Amino acid sequence: MTTQRTEAPGSPAPGSPRSAAKPPHSARSVANARRRQRLVEVWTEFRKSPSGLFGLIFLIIVILLAILAPVIADRSLLDVTQIDNAANEPPSMQNPLGTDPSGRSVLVMLLWGSRVSLMVGVAATAMSMVIGTVVGMAAGHFGGLGGALLMRVVDFFLVLPSLVLAIVLSSVLQRGVWTIVIAIGITSWAGTARVVRSQTLTIESRSYIERSLALGAGHRHIIGRHVLPAVMPLVMANTTLTVGAAIIAESTLSFLGLGDTTQTSWGSMLKLSMDSGAATGGYWWFVLPPGLAIVVVVLAFTLVGRAFESVINPTLRGR
Amino acid sequence: MSSAPGAQDVAATETDRTDDVRQGTSFWRYAGRKAGGALVSLAMVVVLGFFAFRILPGDPVLTLTRGKRVDAEQVAALRREFGLDESLWNQFLIYLRNLSHGDLGDSYTFRRPVADLIYDHLGPTLLLTGVSAVLAIALGLWVGQKAAWRRESFFDRASTGTALVLWSVPTFWLGLLLLLIFGGTLQILPTAGMVTTGLDATGIDYVVDVARHLVLPVITMVAVTYAQYVLVMRASLIEEMTSDYLVTARAKGLREDLVRRRHAIPNALLPTVTLVFMHIGGLISGAVTVETVFSWPGLGYLTFQALTGPDLPLLQGTFVVFSFIVIVMNFIADLLYRVLDPRVRAA
Repeated sequence: MTTQRTEAPGSPAPGSPRSAAKPPHSARSVANARRRQRLVEVWTEFRKSPSGLFGLIFLIIVILLAILAPVIADRSLLDVTQIDNAANEPPSMQNPLGTDPSGRSVLVMLLWGSRVSLMVGVAATAMSMVIGTVVGMAAGHFGGLGGALLMRVVDFFLVLPSLVLAIVLSSVLQRGVWTIVIAIGITSWAGTARVVRSQTLTIESRSYIERSLALGAGHRHIIGRHVLPAVMPLVMANTTLTVGAAIIAESTLSFLGLGDTTQTSWGSMLKLSMDSGAATGGYWWFVLPPGLAIVVVVLAFTLVGRAFESVINPTLRGR
Repeated sequence: MSSAPGAQDVAATETDRTDDVRQGTSFWRYAGRKAGGALVSLAMVVVLGFFAFRILPGDPVLTLTRGKRVDAEQVAALRREFGLDESLWNQFLIYLRNLSHGDLGDSYTFRRPVADLIYDHLGPTLLLTGVSAVLAIALGLWVGQKAAWRRESFFDRASTGTALVLWSVPTFWLGLLLLLIFGGTLQILPTAGMVTTGLDATGIDYVVDVARHLVLPVITMVAVTYAQYVLVMRASLIEEMTSDYLVTARAKGLREDLVRRRHAIPNALLPTVTLVFMHIGGLISGAVTVETVFSWPGLGYLTFQALTGPDLPLLQGTFVVFSFIVIVMNFIADLLYRVLDPRVRAA
């Protein structure tokens, strides 16, 4: 940063008013400016997709509601011993979505459930993305026998029915929210790994990598400075799509009774509604809301993901 | 690539296939390599099926007796019964030897051989997933091609929108909704089991009875899986529609629907057909929850019962069998692609 201050021809003298307004162009500031510009470009493109925008606004509202849940409805409202509503009560002024078999307000459960469902969805996706990106980049970059072995493992996880494997994992591990996160994360990274690997191969066949190698760049530099930034947009777009799938996976595992029974999630609400015979008993207010919440949130993630994907990969537009 | 769940598979297998074209391998070498891969996967399933239930934290016997009052003697007896008092290595050898005879151990809750239980439950699952798959594929491909051909039309928007919504629906919730409608109020269709209990129907009456029990689970499974076929078929046909050979076909004066049916669709079907086989894994996973909701006596319901036990030998058995089915189906998908796609065959 300091080297090009006064020596560079044409640059303003230090201390002059112009230098305050226009800082010297260091490598970092140029990179930052480029990044900022790219973000603006992405946003401008993204804004053109009405469905993506709709999904984004909706998600922001849901996330705010989940964060503010303790402010809106006290946790004690979920405690069966501290409430005195009648069981399976239809919607009323006091309980807008009725009550569950133990008299808790379905609306309050829905609000608190969003925290677990969103948290599991995001955490499991983050885990899946990290594993997928690392394995994919390693398989693509190192190639050879190690790469081939890695790809066998990827193929294995790609082929295996992930729900069945997740069931096995979460049934042998200690029950709890984190077990669900681990089970979903471990079973869902293979798709990302394949995409990242092929992208890595594409990047590494470019000539600037050759130039970099000729200048003495090591594995760390190539992966960290060239491959990772190039695969990141792809991974990010994939992330939004995967969160939706992870939320469905969470609800499925909870529905099968593998979730944390002490925590309320949308999946565990549906399990309770199944176990208590809410569907056959006609208590629609306990069957509809949790499922609708899942559908709408997953749909919102999908819409945002699709819009984001078409910004990053313009050949997809209009599909 | 669209956001359809299968899109990644297409992209993934595509890289494989281009590798092949470059190498110009013969069909048998290709099949041999794929068979080798499938065998490695099968071996990994066998190993995972054993170690997942033993190495991971948590003693299987303690898991089994969770929440029940058992003394040390009973725990020791259970250990002996499951062969857990042997060394890990010996257990693995015994497991392998038994597996090679088709012996998957004994179920704890049913007190019967796991293999027998799985055999009994296989038929209903094949019936349910088979009927659902055929309907979902036929419907999905038909709607998908129609949507792609009339891109941006109302039909396209409506069907893509519906598919996206259906894809976001948890399978079992749809089942619960149908239960709500047909179980509580309407009561015109049976909502549980495969045959009416007490009704000793034979011949045509039996078929009709099973068919009536099939309706709701099938609707549930079709609704959710159909969506991916719509999206994949649509994306695949749109890709074909930019091809030059369609211009040629039109230039020689072919009617528009002939161009579509004779030229575009057969080519667009190629990636879709493979996907059908690849998605059988997903279909089977979907069966776990659907069968649970409708108490359909298949493998999925058996898995659920193994879970609630928890019945570890049974769970391990269903895991191994599910995985075997899926790996074999994927192998078939790989071979089929090679047979169907002339570009790969010519290489």
